[in-house]
Amino acid sequence: MRTAFAALALLAAAGAHAEEYNTIVADKSSVAFVYRQMNVPLEGRFGKFAAQLKFDPAKPATASVSIDIDLASIDTGSAEGNDEVAGKLWFDTKSFPTARFVATNFRALGGSRYEAVGKLTIKGRTRDVTAPFAFDSRGRSGTAEGALTIKRADFAIGEGIWADFDAVANEVQIKFRLQAEASPDKK
Amino acid sequence: MNGKRYTTTAIGLHWLMAALILVLFAVGQYMTDLPLSPTKLQIYSWHKWGGVTAFLLVFFRVVWRTTHRPPPLPSTMPRWQQVAAHGGHAALYLLMFAIPLSGWLMSSAKGFQTVYLGVLPIPDLLAKNKEFGDVLKEVHETLNFLMIVIVAGHVAAALKHHFIDRDDILVRIAPHRSRKGQHA
Repeated sequence: MRTAFAALALLAAAGAHAEEYNTIVADKSSVAFVYRQMNVPLEGRFGKFAAQLKFDPAKPATASVSIDIDLASIDTGSAEGNDEVAGKLWFDTKSFPTARFVATNFRALGGSRYEAVGKLTIKGRTRDVTAPFAFDSRGRSGTAEGALTIKRADFAIGEGIWADFDAVANEVQIKFRLQAEASPDKK
Repeated sequence: MNGKRYTTTAIGLHWLMAALILVLFAVGQYMTDLPLSPTKLQIYSWHKWGGVTAFLLVFFRVVWRTTHRPPPLPSTMPRWQQVAAHGGHAALYLLMFAIPLSGWLMSSAKGFQTVYLGVLPIPDLLAKNKEFGDVLKEVHETLNFLMIVIVAGHVAAALKHHFIDRDDILVRIAPHRSRKGQHA
């Protein structure tokens, strides 16, 4: 009985101290991806992106996120690949320099799991996507880490000779890690 | 002529390996300068699968060779030619190991894992390292040119034995079409 009460008190305390994590720590955040070339898994990443996050694990309904990814900062794993994907058939970075993800619809999935339902725009095409993630907080610092799989054909990434999926698979996994601090003055 | 020919398995391995080496060399030469395309990615994969196959075959070949003694060289051959023949064969065996191994290491260092036949992932022996990958590319190419030079010497020697010395050096490794042909 005493233990149960103590646990309740702790929970209440945790609730009362719930923080809104709202200031991204850029150098501890990352956006990477895994693609398959001739069934060989290869990892790449984006060197530059700007993210905004407002997330209180106790009140996911009020959360929001937006991420703008500088597509020219891509590293596919090889110089040849980086040159190729900047071109018209892939990202066409001259005409579409950024990819954008925005979500204001967050759901708690139980435990430390959540998902953000939002819109992903790449190369002028917008699709609804769901990004599941785990949120881990330590004091004033919180980290959202998750992955989602998109289909590159939905965004016309890889047209023409690349349109079929024999050499480069349609499914691309996006892995993200956003670390944010709770800054009360930003609320 | 029994005992003077290589075993049928040894003959099969010799010609299979010869065909693989020539095709892999030609494909390797061709593919590197191609602009990036799905075809290029496919050809690279085929080259790697062929290389893995050659690497597996050479192990089997060495086991076969050590358990099945090849026919001796003709005693009429001068001593220096016998030494050169054995040295050349030893170098070819070494290169048959070293070349696929250097390709495997290069793939790992360049960050492109090899997935045999698109199904079986082969572990990376090295972490990704661009500079080392470039060095290994040079090594892979140099070993290949060395191999082609030795193969050319190997072929020239075989032809010299057949047409000038008129001994059985070439015949004993030739695939036999018929029993009669063997004694002709």
